[in-house]
Amino acid sequence: MCGTCGCSGGAVVQLLAAGHEHRRSHQHGTKGHGHDQDHGDGDGPGHDDAGHLHIQGPAADERTVILQQKVLAKNDEIAQRSREWLRNRGVLAVNLMSSPGAGKTLLLERTARELAGKLRLSVIEGDQETTLDARRIQAAGAAVVQINTGAGCHLDAAMVAEGLRVLDPPGGSIVMIENVGNLVCPALFDLGEEAKVVISSVTEGADKPVKYPNMFRQADIVLLNKIDLLPYVDFDTKSHAADLRKVSPRAMMLQLSATTGQGVQGWYDWLRRRTPAPHE
Amino acid sequence: MHELAITEGVVDAVTGRLPGARITCVRLEIGALSGVVPDSVRFCFDLVTEGTDLQGARLEISEPPGRCKCRVCGDEFAPDGPILLCPCGSADVAVLAGHDLKITSVMVA
Repeated sequence: MCGTCGCSGGAVVQLLAAGHEHRRSHQHGTKGHGHDQDHGDGDGPGHDDAGHLHIQGPAADERTVILQQKVLAKNDEIAQRSREWLRNRGVLAVNLMSSPGAGKTLLLERTARELAGKLRLSVIEGDQETTLDARRIQAAGAAVVQINTGAGCHLDAAMVAEGLRVLDPPGGSIVMIENVGNLVCPALFDLGEEAKVVISSVTEGADKPVKYPNMFRQADIVLLNKIDLLPYVDFDTKSHAADLRKVSPRAMMLQLSATTGQGVQGWYDWLRRRTPAPHE
Repeated sequence: MHELAITEGVVDAVTGRLPGARITCVRLEIGALSGVVPDSVRFCFDLVTEGTDLQGARLEISEPPGRCKCRVCGDEFAPDGPILLCPCGSADVAVLAGHDLKITSVMVA
């Protein structure tokens, strides 16, 4: 991602699997829009989309061109392509979102270890910088792709599409997409996932659902993590549940501890129910 | 600050549809329930359009309010802020309007 404007042109995708690494920098069509003098990662406003509306002849008077186009149309289109690709392959993709430090990576580590041999699992890790989380997942035995978004505060559909291409998940498996820790921006970007998982934790305020309604409203399931710490913190699980119901009356709720393993069975059951059978 | 990426999406969409055209005005619709802050988009717009066909273009943003329909009592209501709670107390609502984020039109010189 470009450090000047936050565009997603320069995200870095790295595969960490089976003891060796590929590092590849890639462009995904949103490159360059006129500030390449600053850091040279773009080549001007180049766009190769089909469906151009060409202006014929010399420009005369100023005139209005009606577009009526969704701003995120391109992202949504890529996400939909990924979703169809995943469905055709029989792969369940899940988008995990939370604030930083809610326990996404620890839950994925435990999930990878405990489901090893039962469910095939691979992970797309999104962080601004470092491969620290990807190394933790790799050590837990799952194939993992790290996407570093640089200045970016969220994963977008193009980054995930590239991650999926590199990861090449087999049918009947699960791809966990660990989004950048952030309860605001990731809510806007469809990644092509089948379900959205939002993780809360008891070390945060119980009122997070009403403070970040756009995020919690979209959740298919909300996991309340770190319940092993409930005796030591001032967290009202009832008010958290009530606040969640105010923004998301349909989301499933589970309480668990990624540290002790308490409650994780419900999470595994939820995953199992959604994972397609491998194709013949 | 996803408005940066959003604004960049506007530039990409416009230059993709109208390659080479000199854009003098961009009109956006940012619904009250879209999750995007119009002022942040305004803040990013000059920075993101610099050096593109949109450089110097005017930015006009319309901000339609939210409109919801309660699935429990059936009433339509205007939500008070981003928490979509029907006056009857139900949070089980459908969003009818105000969630769009789109480029309505541009002016070309």
